[in-house]
Amino acid sequence: MRMITYIVKRSAYIIFTLFGLSVLVFVLARVLPGDPVRIMLPPRTPPEVIEQVRKTLRLDKPLIEQYFYWLRDVFSGDLGYSLYTKRSVTYDVLQYLPASLELIALAAIFEVVGAIVLGVIAGRFPYKLPDNIVRIFSYVGISIPSFVWAIIFQLLFAWIWPIFPTTGNIDRDISPTTVTGFITIDSLITGRFDALANWLWHAILPALALSLGGMAQDARIIRSGMVENMDKDYITMATAQGLPERLIMFKYLFKPSIIPAVTVMGMDIAGMLGNAFPVEIVYRWPGLSKYGIEVMMNKDLNAIVAVVLVIGLIFAIMNLIADVIVAYIDPRIRLMERGE
Amino acid sequence: MKLNLPKNLLKINDLYVGYKTYRGLSKVLNGVHLSVNVGERVGLIGESGCGKTTTMKSILRILPSNAEINKGEIYFRGKDVLKMDKKELDELRRKYIAMIFQDPTAALNPVFKVETQLADLIKYSLGEAKTKEEIRERCLKLLEEVALPDPERVLDSYPFQLSGGMRQRVCIAMALATPRQLLIADEPTTNLDVTIQDQILRLIKDVVIKRKLSVIFISHALGAVREFVDRVYVMYAGDIVEVAQTEDIFSDPLHPYTRGLLESTPKLTGGGIATGIAGRIPDYVNPPPGCRFHTRCNQRLSKCKKEKPPFIKMNGNRGVACWLYH
Amino acid sequence: MKPKIISRIKQSRMFESAKRKWFKFSRGKLSLVGLGMAVTSILIALLAPWIAPHPEDVTKITHLERVHLPPCFEYPFGTDYMGRDILSRTIFGFRFSLMMAGVVLTLTAPVGVVLGLIAGARKGIIETIIMRTADIFIAVPALVLALAICSVLTPNIFNAMMAVSLMWWPWYTRLTYNVTSSLRNEYFVQAAELMGASTFHIIFREIFPNCLGPILTKITLDVGWVILIGSSLSFVGLGAQPPTPDLGTMVAQGGDFMPDFWWESVFPAMAIAFIIMGFNLLGDGVKDMFTE
Repeated sequence: MRMITYIVKRSAYIIFTLFGLSVLVFVLARVLPGDPVRIMLPPRTPPEVIEQVRKTLRLDKPLIEQYFYWLRDVFSGDLGYSLYTKRSVTYDVLQYLPASLELIALAAIFEVVGAIVLGVIAGRFPYKLPDNIVRIFSYVGISIPSFVWAIIFQLLFAWIWPIFPTTGNIDRDISPTTVTGFITIDSLITGRFDALANWLWHAILPALALSLGGMAQDARIIRSGMVENMDKDYITMATAQGLPERLIMFKYLFKPSIIPAVTVMGMDIAGMLGNAFPVEIVYRWPGLSKYGIEVMMNKDLNAIVAVVLVIGLIFAIMNLIADVIVAYIDPRIRLMERGE
Repeated sequence: MKLNLPKNLLKINDLYVGYKTYRGLSKVLNGVHLSVNVGERVGLIGESGCGKTTTMKSILRILPSNAEINKGEIYFRGKDVLKMDKKELDELRRKYIAMIFQDPTAALNPVFKVETQLADLIKYSLGEAKTKEEIRERCLKLLEEVALPDPERVLDSYPFQLSGGMRQRVCIAMALATPRQLLIADEPTTNLDVTIQDQILRLIKDVVIKRKLSVIFISHALGAVREFVDRVYVMYAGDIVEVAQTEDIFSDPLHPYTRGLLESTPKLTGGGIATGIAGRIPDYVNPPPGCRFHTRCNQRLSKCKKEKPPFIKMNGNRGVACWLYH
Repeated sequence: MKPKIISRIKQSRMFESAKRKWFKFSRGKLSLVGLGMAVTSILIALLAPWIAPHPEDVTKITHLERVHLPPCFEYPFGTDYMGRDILSRTIFGFRFSLMMAGVVLTLTAPVGVVLGLIAGARKGIIETIIMRTADIFIAVPALVLALAICSVLTPNIFNAMMAVSLMWWPWYTRLTYNVTSSLRNEYFVQAAELMGASTFHIIFREIFPNCLGPILTKITLDVGWVILIGSSLSFVGLGAQPPTPDLGTMVAQGGDFMPDFWWESVFPAMAIAFIIMGFNLLGDGVKDMFTE
């Protein structure tokens, strides 16, 4: 029961925040210096055409009216018309979003699994060789921006030792028929495992580049959690009771140590959609971030606002999911709401 | 494991334990000796920081990672615990010695239900395969034994949902999960509400009698100690300074520290405000030479500063480590 | 006679506390390494015009006769597609990156902290307004908001700094607010209130010193973050524009020539990593300084 109340409360909060965000971005996009229409159109457009476009885009109306029209459109699923791609923004978003989401899913798996494995190994042998290696790795990992990793991996594993493909998310000729728009799901549905494997081959390097920074940070948190908790009374008590060492290490020490990391992991994974753009550019991954950059470079107002909102929405939803997971794992958060 | 006759259950011999700190080695235990016979109840008193818990943790070898045992032996049923291999140590912890900690909140894992913790204990300590229902039955019976109301609810709760007294009862239940021979109770009531302290003490007494356990009972509550144990050890700064039967200690303390300790306890029958002993426990990294108590002793001799007094046995099953009685 | 003794006691107490803080900081060897790296970066940035072997290469100059030269004695980091010395440009890149971090943090930290103090100390409407506004900015991942703002402005380093500052302040507000809120109910604050201290006094003399630890730690770590975001922005083309020797821009430009002329991307990238790592390690040490 508490969980549902929690979710509802958070959702209301998200909606409110997103409204505020939409106003902010909307205003910024319309109000800042430079005539957006003149920027979007080719330089020698005759003034009548400029006025016509301005009217079509409702840029001649007061700001508040523009906002309401836009809001109405959004709720009917129309995110506006993109002057850059000459298509409806909704269509563009729906085309590019799945590719990004798949990549992020893989990166999330890498981050969680990698962090747990590395963190536990380091925590098991504190101050010895495995721990030192993991600690060095985590300092390096946190300090290097994802696009640097992206370039390094591309250089090492796609150019010098050509194991992985350099760009794209799948070879054209292998791609499965589009059912949902998600290559991974489509491959599974149509039984095209070769397509799935091909996608995986393309996805490994960018997913690794995306996840490495977070992985390093999380491994460190897990490691210090284990080292700190190792001397706690409840672990000493468990040892005094003669419980098997494996049980203590991987159950009773593991769970309290991983809880602080889950919060960070959640935030990290939630933010991946927004942070993926340099990686998508380096690997020319046809995802939302790459699309986002392109529309931003081309000052495509509708698309910019739409992209920011979509990313914001997904970020908020994923944060909510992450918080729910944390509340589920840590009984103190779940039940303390009651003030027991 | 029956090398010596089992009358002598536990015997700690000349134990030296230190902690590695950034300032140097903190030489806490300075040659501790202690013994418990089968069926005997032994009390250990002394001020905070004198090494009582360190001694107890050494028995089960659960000292923190920066501790080192420099010298000494701990014989349990004739075998030296400090030389036991992993298998024997596991057996020792599961079947022979149980410990109750001072802070029940810290002793229970906060993110697991009581049932999980208790069930795992039963599953792994007894070693007999049992079904989930059987284990749950046993858990419930254990909780009933420690007089917990509504044991079903307690089993399904997390430690933070229980009160301090209830948590300590759960810890006691854990100590009883397997039939053992020695119970170490390290200040079991110090962290509890005054109103609950008495209840818990009585529970421990009942359990000890019912299960015929030998006990090492550590407490600041001298009244409780007096009521409960047969023999008392007095400890100061890592040394055992006096041992005697309970009544002898309280009616006729020999060591100046014991005297000071007993006089520090406020009495209900007149006497005014208690005096306390001047000074503080010494710095273990640079302990005072000779007798570690000499800096605070109002009866010190010049010899006390130079040589550590040996522990001498006196008649009436007593012993004391003080140059006054040499 | 008396005033002198008092001031001497105060001095020695401050000295003791500073000594203790240094001890805690220097216990971690890595913190000292971080301090070294951070100081090195700052020195490079400050002394750039004097230590760069070819300072003229920072401008729109071209030396077509020496394009794409691999690292050699004359040009230790090689030359780029315009024939410019990458070492000199990287050195100046330090300058731009640290300048950006300095500007952004100087603007956002004080503003953010003050807002957080106010919101935490004075509950009610003011608190709601401040924190809800902050929440809006936090709702979107940093990069996206910065990008969006940059995209509607002309891309240059100044606008990039403004964009990053705009979305950076809420984090300080939130941090300060959290500390202030939790401290507000502590006894020493209530005691001060009872003694009749003004709100101003309470905020700045009682609460603020306790926030100092987390704030300083955050500032140190943020140097790395700002540079990370800044270089990501430049990488994408929304920050400093060529020929400005911004490290992110250099990595992007070098990226076009991978893998043949790898040095054009790799060395600026390593410079970025060096600065960030130095401040991250330093930030860890600062955190240790304030924990018991």
